[in-house]
Amino acid sequence: MAGNTKGPGKRFRLVRLLLIVPFIAVLWTPFYNSSEPSLAGVPFFYWYQMLWILLGAVLLYPVYRAELRDGE
Amino acid sequence: MAPALDWTAIVVFATLFLFVAGLGFFAARWRKGDLTQLAEWGLGGRRFGTVVTWFLLGGDLYTAYTFIAVPTLMFGSGAIGFFAVPYTIFVYPILFAVFPRLWSVSRAKGYVTAADFVQGRFGNRPLALAIAITGIVATMPYIALQLVGMGVVIGALGIQGELPLIIAFVILAAYTYSSGLRAPAMIAVVKDVLIYITVIAALIVIPHELGGYARIFASVPRAKLLLGPASPHNLGQQSAYATQALGSALALFLYPHAITGLLSSTNRHVIKRNAVVLPAYSIALGLIALLGYMAIASGVKSMPAYAAGFKTFGPNFAVPALFLHSFPSWFVGVAFASIAIGALVPAAIMSIACANLFTRNIYREYIRKDCASAHESQVAKITSLVVKFGAVVFILALPKTYAINLQLLGGIWIIQTLPAVLIGLYTRALNPWALLIGWASGIAAGTGMAISLGFKGAIYPLHILGWTVPCYAALSALALNVIVSVAMSFAFNAIAPEAREDETTAADYA
Repeated sequence: MAGNTKGPGKRFRLVRLLLIVPFIAVLWTPFYNSSEPSLAGVPFFYWYQMLWILLGAVLLYPVYRAELRDGE
Repeated sequence: MAPALDWTAIVVFATLFLFVAGLGFFAARWRKGDLTQLAEWGLGGRRFGTVVTWFLLGGDLYTAYTFIAVPTLMFGSGAIGFFAVPYTIFVYPILFAVFPRLWSVSRAKGYVTAADFVQGRFGNRPLALAIAITGIVATMPYIALQLVGMGVVIGALGIQGELPLIIAFVILAAYTYSSGLRAPAMIAVVKDVLIYITVIAALIVIPHELGGYARIFASVPRAKLLLGPASPHNLGQQSAYATQALGSALALFLYPHAITGLLSSTNRHVIKRNAVVLPAYSIALGLIALLGYMAIASGVKSMPAYAAGFKTFGPNFAVPALFLHSFPSWFVGVAFASIAIGALVPAAIMSIACANLFTRNIYREYIRKDCASAHESQVAKITSLVVKFGAVVFILALPKTYAINLQLLGGIWIIQTLPAVLIGLYTRALNPWALLIGWASGIAAGTGMAISLGFKGAIYPLHILGWTVPCYAALSALALNVIVSVAMSFAFNAIAPEAREDETTAADYA
């Protein structure tokens, strides 16, 4: 982060907020601690968290691209 | 012990194991470097690209013990055991955001360990020593637990006695000594192929035999299927689950074996790319966790054929029993080999990481200051042997619960290095003596909580404003550590501003 110029620096910081999203989605357990809606017999609690493994990786990708563009 | 020797499974298992051992010795020639240099032996010459690092970190972090312990926890305790999944969800954003900085500064200054960094950043020898010792002490029981994982599958093959385990570790020690980090990096590839084959086969074959996922989940006792709800004034399993996932994620990359894996990569983009692609392992881990429920549904617990196994290994026998019940003999050999080889990779990396710490931060710092680099590398090689020998003695001579308790403590201890290492990556504002006092308070509080729980777990109930909040002890001890470190830094700077020693510059971190 050190020594970034203002222009790309701003965009790069905003994109970085994506890194926080998985924490919001998974830390608050009451949000997903239920059986329904189940998916192919798998209770919500389980498939929701498995889905977030994928989404977490998907969210990292734009951050990675943005930092590459910034010549990080 | 299981009643009969399963020869087909044993032959497949032994063949795969010997193939991997041969690979370990061959690895010394791979991308050949001067193995008398510590960064060559102990970091593979910092030359691993995205693919090798992916296998190496995957083999390093998703260990045999994980593959046994996670489904075992699901088998015994239900939903709470699934915390391994959110834990791996949290790990990768942290890895992505923070650790490229550690890589950069380590490359710029030639650091091999986290304690090297702390010494360079803060110029405070007691603090660096505390970081080094914490790393070694937290990792040793982890190595011992890999043996437990391996012991369960060897026992499940019907082989009695401790000899096979000792032979396996002697082979491991020998090729680690000769090839260094190149050996586990190469073996990790084979291990992963076997693990993925096993997981995919298990997911196709076992649910089919058991009548589908709906029936598997239906066989889990209802009270265990979800986290217990919060009662008035008690958050119960809800906060236990979330804090354990978060605390474990914060601790993971502070472990010396994880740092060794990271620093061996060839540039910082390798780390970022891996943060994006490593979650593939998390999917496998989540599916492996569900094997615990499949074991419940299959009813192996009450089958006479496995009674002896459960008697010897307790609930750890659930997954091996499930495999024995569901797979033909030859594939049992493949599956068990994947777990046993899964123990070899992390055990090798952990012993190398401990050896790096001892050599760099204790031997060269306190015992032989004028140590030449070839001598340094030699000391590290010998240390890696001592560490592994220690782990074998530990497991064979003491009850297994000791290793499990110490590993529990290890997680609580290693996270106490976070303020010095991670906050240190961003700012030099905290006073090193304050960090040392914070570290000591965190260790003391965390250990105290674990003792008061009788080592039955690491979830300690905090009482906040009339609420009971069960919280992972590592995380609450870390909070104390951070508060003390910050408060004491203000105090020290007010009384006697230190002459700041910092050999790193802002450019080193980019």
